[in-house]
Amino acid sequence: MINAVARLGQATIDTVVQLGFAARFVIALLRHSGMTFRRVPLLIRDLYFAGVLSILIIVVSGAFVGLVLGLQGYDTLQRFGSETALGGVVALSLLRELGPVVAALLFASRAGSAMTAEIGLMKATEQLDAMDVMAVNPIARVIAPKFWAGVIAMPLLAGIFSAVGILGGWFIGVVVIGVDHGTFWSQMQNAVDFDADVRNGIVKSFVFGVIVTWIAVFQGWSCTPTAEGVSRAITKTVVYGALAVLAADFVLTAFMFIGR
Amino acid sequence: MERKSWDVLVGLFVLLGVAALFFLAFEVSGAATSRIDGETIRVVAYFDNIGGLKVKAPVKSAGVLVGRVTAIRLDPKSYRAEVTMELSRNIPFPKDSSASILTAGLLGEQYVGIEAGADLENLQDGDRILLTQSAVVLEKLIGQFLVNKAAE
Amino acid sequence: MAYCVTERLVASLSGVDAGYGTRQILHGIDFTVHRGQVVAIMGGSGSGKTTLLRLLTGQLRPWSGTVEVLGVRLDQASEAQRYALRRRIGMLFQFGALFTDLDVFENVAFPLREHTRLPEPLIRDLVLLKLEAVGLRGAARLKTSELSGGMARRVALARAIALDPELILYDEPFAGLDPISLATIGTLIRRLNDALGAASVVVTHDVVESLALVDYVYFVSRGHIVAHGTPDAIRNASDPYVRQFVHGEIDGPAPFHYPAPPLAEALMEEI
Repeated sequence: MINAVARLGQATIDTVVQLGFAARFVIALLRHSGMTFRRVPLLIRDLYFAGVLSILIIVVSGAFVGLVLGLQGYDTLQRFGSETALGGVVALSLLRELGPVVAALLFASRAGSAMTAEIGLMKATEQLDAMDVMAVNPIARVIAPKFWAGVIAMPLLAGIFSAVGILGGWFIGVVVIGVDHGTFWSQMQNAVDFDADVRNGIVKSFVFGVIVTWIAVFQGWSCTPTAEGVSRAITKTVVYGALAVLAADFVLTAFMFIGR
Repeated sequence: MERKSWDVLVGLFVLLGVAALFFLAFEVSGAATSRIDGETIRVVAYFDNIGGLKVKAPVKSAGVLVGRVTAIRLDPKSYRAEVTMELSRNIPFPKDSSASILTAGLLGEQYVGIEAGADLENLQDGDRILLTQSAVVLEKLIGQFLVNKAAE
Repeated sequence: MAYCVTERLVASLSGVDAGYGTRQILHGIDFTVHRGQVVAIMGGSGSGKTTLLRLLTGQLRPWSGTVEVLGVRLDQASEAQRYALRRRIGMLFQFGALFTDLDVFENVAFPLREHTRLPEPLIRDLVLLKLEAVGLRGAARLKTSELSGGMARRVALARAIALDPELILYDEPFAGLDPISLATIGTLIRRLNDALGAASVVVTHDVVESLALVDYVYFVSRGHIVAHGTPDAIRNASDPYVRQFVHGEIDGPAPFHYPAPPLAEALMEEI
């Protein structure tokens, strides 16, 4: 019993120490970000791996989520005779929540884990060490470009997800089920407010981008330099990333949408 | 090193993302159609009850958007609701125009409807709309209905 | 920070204690390397050899004592000074540590691209010359995944000398190589050192290759320098651990048996 309490205490202390490392790490990252923007090819390379390679899964998932929203939304709304509100329901669900959150979760699993793996493997094979000895700061050259690529890509991917989802909802609602095309769009435009919904959705996805990418690069940087260590780090990226996104979503939603 | 193809693809990716965001901003949210272009004048109106009227609610005349509600507060002297609105300068309204709080559809959002009056002079920046009609409060309507029913 | 080109002392450690966190690895180390020398640091695993290398690159700060490399006091240097010094040092890591997303040419070109603004044709010539020196000019366009272990190490060596360093460090360069590659690396270490007029420090536990190759040996055991001298002096050393190491005896100060109670006791326990 005393053992359990002691271990809990130790775990808490360890977590706080880890958070301290993570905070110092992100400060070092920001300090060394100059190279990322002076040498754009570095940023482009990581934007390719984080952004372009995520397009497929984002578009496919967005389409399916939109189709399902259209189906479920119609099914529920038509019970109350409000099927004309379908456009608004689909759009609001995607813009406020599903777009930023699901896109962030997909990004953490696909691009985040890839970043962790790449950095972790470079650490395990002494490539980061070699770079350091060659007087090239690995944080500036390898880590910072990945971080900024993630931060830039995330809102774009969330936007693509929401847009494709809305088109999916339109397809099911208008083309397949037969809701009136004009009503669908005009009701949607009535229901969606740029500031509250679109802009807040973009702010959310930006915050999620920072969180997920930070966790991904930090796990890679601080992993044990063995095969097993890298694999554990990748798992942490996906799990911590998902949990952090969901928790942040709650906090942001509470701030953004209470008192409306 | 596929450097060149990466540049193109990243450029396309960014374009795609920005296009999606523009689509969301303009086609989905109707931000373009709901913005009041050009200069506006600010007018005030007092209501006994604003019902569910919210800041940023539209101000319409004959069903067409002419302005937005920018502020709502309770006037501590008269205990009436003070609603501040921005009206587009392109459409001048006479000084004796009236403002009512209406509901879009049966259970929709509330907005301010302005009916033009007949005065020769127009509303200026800082003016007050004198004729107002408060929102219909459902409970009072039902209460009235019950009273009428009881009287029969 | 001025340094004289004819200065013969390349690196020196004096009374150095060092470790990680609370663990002390090195005790009272005295160590010098002069221009033109190839010096070996020998010892068993965990004796502190790699820690010594990290002191020389400035990646580790000593707890006490002085570390001076190419005129720079590494125990007092700032991050910028350490990075400036590292441009004059080249290091070969144990398995090469080549950048896996670049091909052979780009790997060797890396230091040139990062630290110089030389025009592309000149970089190309320099890279080919470095690869020629290690015998791999024909492999310039291969990917790192297409290289054998020995070839990868030679490419890493070409990369390490890309900026004509004054001090070259080798971390276990002979580990896991076939006899031909062993001989190649050994020859290259000596040849490059003499061609560049540099000094080399080779960390190794390969006795045969290194004693045949180097000018001076430092023997490290459990964080202490237990012996140092010319290869002949080491071969005839009196320290029992050194003797065991050099002659490859299975039992001695480094015991064969992991500590355990006597066998008779262990067998009796079964009953």
